[in-house]
Amino acid sequence: MSSTLLPKPQMRGLLGKRLRFHIVGALIVSLGSAVLYKYGVAEPRKRAYADFYKNYDSMKDFEAMREAGVFESVQPKDS
Amino acid sequence: QMDAPGCGRDGLGLLATQEDMSVPQYCDKRSYPLPDVPYHKDLGAEQKALKEKEKGSWKQLSNEEKVALYRLKFNQTFAEMNRPSSEWKTVLGGVFIFFGFTGLIVWWQRVYVFPPKPHTLTDEWKAQQVKRMLDMRVNPIQGFAAKWDYDKNEWKK
Repeated sequence: MSSTLLPKPQMRGLLGKRLRFHIVGALIVSLGSAVLYKYGVAEPRKRAYADFYKNYDSMKDFEAMREAGVFESVQPKDS
Repeated sequence: QMDAPGCGRDGLGLLATQEDMSVPQYCDKRSYPLPDVPYHKDLGAEQKALKEKEKGSWKQLSNEEKVALYRLKFNQTFAEMNRPSSEWKTVLGGVFIFFGFTGLIVWWQRVYVFPPKPHTLTDEWKAQQVKRMLDMRVNPIQGFAAKWDYDKNEWKK
């Protein structure tokens, strides 16, 4: 057993310190995940949709699907 | 039904002998650090002398005497009573053994119990299914048909 004194431990402000650490951390994690989602998922998706519909010819797409024979209301043109 | 925490009702199932529960008990418990009675109640002659010396200034006690006084009052130190055990190896081993046994049972079931696979899982059917999904333009923006190159008739690189 040693007879040297240990340093006096932290006696006060323990809850406050814990709260500050966790509140700051929670803010960072939640804001960070929101920002990541926005710029990782939402913006690319909006751009993908905009690009798809920029030069989209729905009638041409419809004719292609009709030829492939997936519709019941219209048949392929030469049948 | 558990009453107030103390040395008596330890709920841990560690007591094997018939103790007299009407008198205070000694116990080594992390949740009850100062037991109701010292570990050694009946002291020999030199132990009694040591207890007398304890009544004076503790600076005149040597380290061995301090340890002896501790061991008179307590059975195990916190380090000793909280020592880790190898029980987790037994638990994990038992868990894996049962996983393996279950795997054998499932394998036997696959061979002897399961009916034949549906015809919709054959390769030709799955190819026709994929072609039909591409013809229908399933999810053409970010999903299935978006990955197909309709001009070159192949999957996009």
